[in-house]
Amino acid sequence: MLVGALALVLLLLGYFLGEAFLGSGLFGLIIALVIWAVMNLIAYFQGGALILSLSRARKIGPNDHPRLWNVVEEMKIASGLEKMPEVYIIDDPAINAFATGRSPKHAAVTVTSGLLQKMNRDELQGVVAHELSHIQNRDVLLMTLCSVLLGTIVILAWYGSRVMLFSGGSGGRRSSSGGGGNGAAVIMIIALLLAILAPIFAQLIYFAISRKREYLADASGALYTRYPEGLASALEKIADSTVGVKSANQAFAPMYIANPFRKEGRSASDLTSTHPPIRERVRILRSMAGGASFVDYNKAFQQVRNNKQNIIPSSALAGAAGLVTTRQPETGSQVAESQQKVERAREVSATLDRLNKYTALACQCGTAFRIPPDYKGKVVRCPRCGRDNQIPNK
Amino acid sequence: MVIGAIIGIVVGVIVLVLVIWLFTTYNGLVGLRNQTKNAWSQIDVQLKRRHDLIPNLVETVKGYAAHERQTLEAVIQARNTAVGAVGKGVGEQAKAEGGLSGALSKLFAVAEQYPNLKANENFLALQEELTSTENKISFSRQFYNDSVLQYNNKTQMAPSNIVAGMFGFKSGEFFQVETPAEKEVPKVSFK
Repeated sequence: MLVGALALVLLLLGYFLGEAFLGSGLFGLIIALVIWAVMNLIAYFQGGALILSLSRARKIGPNDHPRLWNVVEEMKIASGLEKMPEVYIIDDPAINAFATGRSPKHAAVTVTSGLLQKMNRDELQGVVAHELSHIQNRDVLLMTLCSVLLGTIVILAWYGSRVMLFSGGSGGRRSSSGGGGNGAAVIMIIALLLAILAPIFAQLIYFAISRKREYLADASGALYTRYPEGLASALEKIADSTVGVKSANQAFAPMYIANPFRKEGRSASDLTSTHPPIRERVRILRSMAGGASFVDYNKAFQQVRNNKQNIIPSSALAGAAGLVTTRQPETGSQVAESQQKVERAREVSATLDRLNKYTALACQCGTAFRIPPDYKGKVVRCPRCGRDNQIPNK
Repeated sequence: MVIGAIIGIVVGVIVLVLVIWLFTTYNGLVGLRNQTKNAWSQIDVQLKRRHDLIPNLVETVKGYAAHERQTLEAVIQARNTAVGAVGKGVGEQAKAEGGLSGALSKLFAVAEQYPNLKANENFLALQEELTSTENKISFSRQFYNDSVLQYNNKTQMAPSNIVAGMFGFKSGEFFQVETPAEKEVPKVSFK
């Protein structure tokens, strides 16, 4: 329904701009649709590859980071995805993750190295489940279409208002083609108003769609893992971190698990955010009271928001609350947690070094170090004992 | 003449809608039934993977904790029982797999006492694989049950139950965990 509203904004804008400049609303409409269709095609076939290259993501295999790979595979099974998505790591201290790909068959999950360091297995599972549900619900495609729609509106409005300003508001060709100066002026004003307001409206609608899909992905995350606390505590860790994603791109913000620009928190019920406030998402997940189904999530949502709105599509709300029960956590005690953190950090840096084709070298004094690929065939002095080490040339 | 044509068109449209509904419902039922079958085979895949991993694990542990013979033998025995139970019906298989889970959790508990073993990369990798396989087994079961629920809802609820009855779609069976030991996922702590 919201997507329809977004499309309507585009159609209205196209119609009135066409009416004002080209003398035919229909013609403007067609131009708007053609631009939209072309941009869609580009986004459809290039979107995934584009964002992955923009954010400098590295593709991994089952042996590069077994825990991440296994968790993705576990969630692939739990969500019933037909094909194992590709898995990528970004070398970035920020804690975030996102999904890309136009369909469940062409999909990828990407996590930052910061996330891999900070999350224990249960939390990682929650995050990956959230992302896979974006893939399963085809949110990636939906949000790509919407952001293209939004982009088209912005472009049309920008050119429209430029032309209006430079033609001195005389109404362009319309006034010379006759047909009552009064009517032409009215259309001119409507077109101008639309050119200014359409992008704003479109953005608000776009953000609303994005927030709704986030709630749905959270609910699916709880359902797939049967453990809402995992996702809740992962979101808490994300909220506590203060680093934004270096290579984030505005257009893809809805695909991240949390807003990559770290604007939220300042105003909790922000209309201009792609994501609902994290604290609220955590509160909803923690209010699910032992259940893990969509019904439980919907109930918790209504309880936290204090209203009767259904956040989950009503077709998915069959059955009673509490039918699907949660399970026990997998990860051990809190004491183990700090030790694990060190281990996880080591693991991630080893993975990244391997992906960057670093060579492992052990000096005779027992110091182990990793050498960047451009040092091949050179001699490196050990920082501890001062011995010269020859780097193999392969 | 005109009225006849209108009646004809209306009847035609109704029949067409009915036929389309029949086809989509039938296809939906087939799709769901295949999904449950596929989910079932996923469980088998993961169980087999676990059986394959265990000899490797036992070899690795032997190198560091050879005198934990009893525990190691119990694992091997449980594994052989589980392999033997493949294809002997859900009940027996579930029981054997439950025994294997129990033996494995004992082995991992024993491994806690051997720092050298715990630092062994091979062992760590195997531990990760086995933990994950254990998870995958329970997630495939979970998805199987979710699929059965979806399929059963469709075969039993009106109006799709009419189509299900016409073409003999029978309700699926849930995977129930039968032995208490099977319910317990072995606690593997990564100290």
